[in-house]
Amino acid sequence: MTYWISALVFLTAAFAAAISGINEYVFYAGYIVLTFVVLSTAWNILGGYAGYVNFGTGAFFGLGSYSAVVLFKALEAPLIVQIIAGAAIGAALGFAVGIMTLRLRGIFFAIATVAILFIMETLMVNWRYVGGATGLQLLRPEVMAPFGSYTRMLFVVMALLSVIAVSIARYIQVGWIGRGLRAIRDSEEAAECSGVPTLKLKLFACVISGALMGAAGAPMPMYLSFIEPASSFSLNWGVSALAMPMIGGTGHWIGPVIGALLLGSIQQIVTVTISNEINVLVVGVLLVLFVVLAPDGVVGLFRKWARRSSR
Amino acid sequence: MIFSFDLLFEAVLFGILLGCFYAAVSIGLSVSFGLLDVPHVAHPALMIFGSYCAYIVAGWGLDPILAGVVLMPVFFVLGVLIYRFYYETFERRGSDAGVRGLAFFFGLAFIIEVGLILGFGVDQRTVQAPYIGSSWAIGDYRIPYRMLVAFGVALVLTAALTVYLSKTFTGRAIKAVAQDEPALRLMGANPVRIKQWAFGIATGVSALAGAMVIIVGPVEPAMDRLYIGRTFCVVVLAGLGSMTGTLAAGLILGISESIVLMMLGASWAPAVAFGLLLVVLGIRPQGLFGR
Repeated sequence: MTYWISALVFLTAAFAAAISGINEYVFYAGYIVLTFVVLSTAWNILGGYAGYVNFGTGAFFGLGSYSAVVLFKALEAPLIVQIIAGAAIGAALGFAVGIMTLRLRGIFFAIATVAILFIMETLMVNWRYVGGATGLQLLRPEVMAPFGSYTRMLFVVMALLSVIAVSIARYIQVGWIGRGLRAIRDSEEAAECSGVPTLKLKLFACVISGALMGAAGAPMPMYLSFIEPASSFSLNWGVSALAMPMIGGTGHWIGPVIGALLLGSIQQIVTVTISNEINVLVVGVLLVLFVVLAPDGVVGLFRKWARRSSR
Repeated sequence: MIFSFDLLFEAVLFGILLGCFYAAVSIGLSVSFGLLDVPHVAHPALMIFGSYCAYIVAGWGLDPILAGVVLMPVFFVLGVLIYRFYYETFERRGSDAGVRGLAFFFGLAFIIEVGLILGFGVDQRTVQAPYIGSSWAIGDYRIPYRMLVAFGVALVLTAALTVYLSKTFTGRAIKAVAQDEPALRLMGANPVRIKQWAFGIATGVSALAGAMVIIVGPVEPAMDRLYIGRTFCVVVLAGLGSMTGTLAAGLILGISESIVLMMLGASWAPAVAFGLLLVVLGIRPQGLFGR
């Protein structure tokens, strides 16, 4: 119950902020942080719960962006249709990736996702309709009534998406699906032998994870008023989506949220004050530090601290 | 699309040279990932780091290949340290090492890449040598000398590693570790020391591979991303840890990439290695010469 109340409070606050007079930049940066909340939560459903490491977050994200652009260019489809299409395409790719888990595990699975990422990028580079390698400029449609600008509206949309993503992750974690996925992570053979429907669960996790990543990518072209393959399908999405749950803690749904808020905010500050390269460096260094020193992330550190203070 | 047997022949010829080069850049990974089962996704990044080191050393007036050879012992030590660290933090702790080990090497790759960007900028770098820039004309065909040099070094490197792994005592010990680690432990040998040595060799070899990368073409920091596809494609296609298989797989990749380059153009070339990798993973994950 507290969860739903805080989710509602968060959404109301996001909406109230968006129609108030706060500086535009807050929403510009906040949108990216919220995108990372969705991406890292989605990554964690497959990577954290089931133990399948996906390096190709960019493939889902980019494909979501490109399906939105195609729909927008061909039919002038509204934002909500673009997001649904992005989710659907992401889910379809997730299903294909899920079928791969039949044969591939560990590093083989991870490398296969990198392969999918680069193949998708190459396809889009060679597709003239969406601008090829140089990309496409997009003209934003008129903004809807209560919002002062398009960015503010996108911010609220992404806030809604992140609440949806976190709620799904939470639902999965506490229920039998989460228990099944954790059993797969610990030992797939043992899980299969004890009657866990491993393939069904893995497919489910891949589809949900892919759909959320695709949905997160769909509003991106409108946010930038621009799309091009190199940044849409960048491996940087993958390292961030992996680093944030690892830093926050992969076992609990709050982990990716903490990681995304923490790392996403640091990234925004660093990008503005120093440079874009340093921000990737920060992600890499923090990832390695946490993986080595605090394998259970911020959540693990907090639990350790709570246990010590209760003793 | 223009098609002629002349062009095809040229593409195959170029593909063979390119293929040997790909085999050489993958052979370090063939040891570290193929034989030792370390999820070494940072291998291409280390190799590009090697290219930049070779660039610096070559700047002092040394031949790039010689620079690569000089760097090998340094990289050997670096490799030993990396493995030692990986072993202490992940392999020994056991459970869930898979996800964290992968994340560790992925993070390491990004740190190296950004470190290179900060140190050298995003501009392309090249080295100077008498054999770079000119080419050898046989009839109508022109073969760049730089490819020939890379071809030669690749063959020597592959042959040397094959002999080392099958004929020397330590080499056989490395293969033994790959086959059955507990058995080796029961014999009273220390598998960790052998793996450490092997990982050192794999990393040392990647210094020379890096030197070859910068001989074959200009180098930029983000290049390691493309080489993830190429090196893993070759190693998986070869069958993990097979040295002769690595050469064969390199040739397959080189020739296919060269033909695609000729028929469809450069914008499709990056997909070849990744596509081939996906096909191999889907159809025959144990590779052509799998154990």
